[in-house]
Amino acid sequence: MSLYKIQAKDVCLFYHQEQALFNVNLNIEANQVTALIGPSGCGKSTFLRSLNRLNELIEGTTTTGEVLIDGVNIYDNDTDVVKLRKEVGMVFQKPSAFPMSIYDNVAYGPRIHGITKKNTLDEIVERSLRQANLWEEAKDRLTSSGLRMSGGQQQRLVIARVLSVNPKVILMDEPASALDPISTAKLEDLISELKKEYTIVIVTHNMQQAARVSDSTAFFLSGHLIEYQPTERLFVNPGDKRTEDYITGRFG
Amino acid sequence: MKAYGNLKEKFIYMFIWLGAAFVAFTLLTIIAYVFVKGIGTISWEFITAIPSRMGKEGGISSAIVGTIYLTVVALLISTPLGIGSAVYLTEYQKRNSRFSRAVEMSAEALSGIPSIIFGLFGFIFFVIFLGLGWSILSGGLTLAIMILPTIMRTTQEALRAVPEEFRSNSLALGASKWQTISKIVLPSSAPGIVTGVILSIGRSVGETAAILLTAGSALGMPLLPTDPARSMSVHLYYLAAEGISMERAYGTALLLIVMILIINYLANLSLRRFTYRLKS
Repeated sequence: MSLYKIQAKDVCLFYHQEQALFNVNLNIEANQVTALIGPSGCGKSTFLRSLNRLNELIEGTTTTGEVLIDGVNIYDNDTDVVKLRKEVGMVFQKPSAFPMSIYDNVAYGPRIHGITKKNTLDEIVERSLRQANLWEEAKDRLTSSGLRMSGGQQQRLVIARVLSVNPKVILMDEPASALDPISTAKLEDLISELKKEYTIVIVTHNMQQAARVSDSTAFFLSGHLIEYQPTERLFVNPGDKRTEDYITGRFG
Repeated sequence: MKAYGNLKEKFIYMFIWLGAAFVAFTLLTIIAYVFVKGIGTISWEFITAIPSRMGKEGGISSAIVGTIYLTVVALLISTPLGIGSAVYLTEYQKRNSRFSRAVEMSAEALSGIPSIIFGLFGFIFFVIFLGLGWSILSGGLTLAIMILPTIMRTTQEALRAVPEEFRSNSLALGASKWQTISKIVLPSSAPGIVTGVILSIGRSVGETAAILLTAGSALGMPLLPTDPARSMSVHLYYLAAEGISMERAYGTALLLIVMILIINYLANLSLRRFTYRLKS
């Protein structure tokens, strides 16, 4: 067994004839925040989605190569995708609470996975909301609709919903891009807390954010992984000219 | 230049205001007219008694029951079919696949067919060919075909309005496709689906031509689905067309309008309660 939580080996992704990822090799350590950066269309989100096989929902995509999570290839034929997606949770760009109560939003995951006991659900809901730093704001209004919350609260609600099914890895696809600065700060604090228990991979357009929250950063360009370094080194002393050009704002 | 622009703005504003006012005025005039002409006929007996002497005397209770009976049968058949096909086309088929385009085009064409043609088809197919006779069943089936496209199309629109993020979030939590549809997509689109069903109820309740040829014009109280019946609109048609009694025609019309208003009100109420639950 390796030290790495996630190992991507020669991951290629094709959308019909078009290739979107070229032999990406990336090892991600447990209990770390790994940031994926790069200009729009560079493949960073696509790579993120290959870690829970979400690309499969788009017609016409083929993935080759291996992604090992805890040493097990998730692209094996006998992989249980439901179990995989439970273990690898995902937070999307647009905060989207389901149109139901705050409680039901968080209980949704456990319920579809067969938990029906009220006590157990109550515990899971409270624990997940506490972990997502939302309990204090939500505890008196658990029965009111999740849609009534602000964008920042909804995004933390989404995180609570992801935490409710006990993931090992949390993927975040530009989770703060629709949030105001204060909500973003709260979200970043939360990410730093969550990494104690979870492995987090985050796609971001905001380089300051990558610098603030992540331990390692991977720079993507045109479907290729260009550089992967501890965040500080990548930002202070990039090893590749293209990385330097990007982080100094020469393109992107 | 500015004065001219303002004048133009005002003129256009006036014009669209008049348009809106005209709509309200027309509706209110019709309701008021029918109300004034029909209110004298309305009595407890008119609502609860079976018509006698072809409708000249007695009440219209059997027509009221017939109308409800026919509508319920039509809804029982077309609601699951319409919602089911919409879910299939929207959630399981690619948006522009040849099959879904074919189904959508058929639905569109179907909704443009005059109702008398549905009546004729129902008469030949259900009444004669399947041997169901003039009955609630034949009439309900004919109505069901007629309102199916409305339910299907409005459900499709409602499903398409559900944000894509709901689906991807649910799937990313490990939910299956059907769990996602039944627990997230359908509940979120319920207000739109209910609206489609209400529109269909309105159409069924008011429909005359399709029923005239399929449910018959029996005056008795329908009990079994195989019994013939007349709806309120058919009753109204006979009363007026054959000069049996204009007062009673207006009385029937008034009850019909009241019934439709009540249905709309109840539906709005349930809709509002539903959206209230979602939003607050």
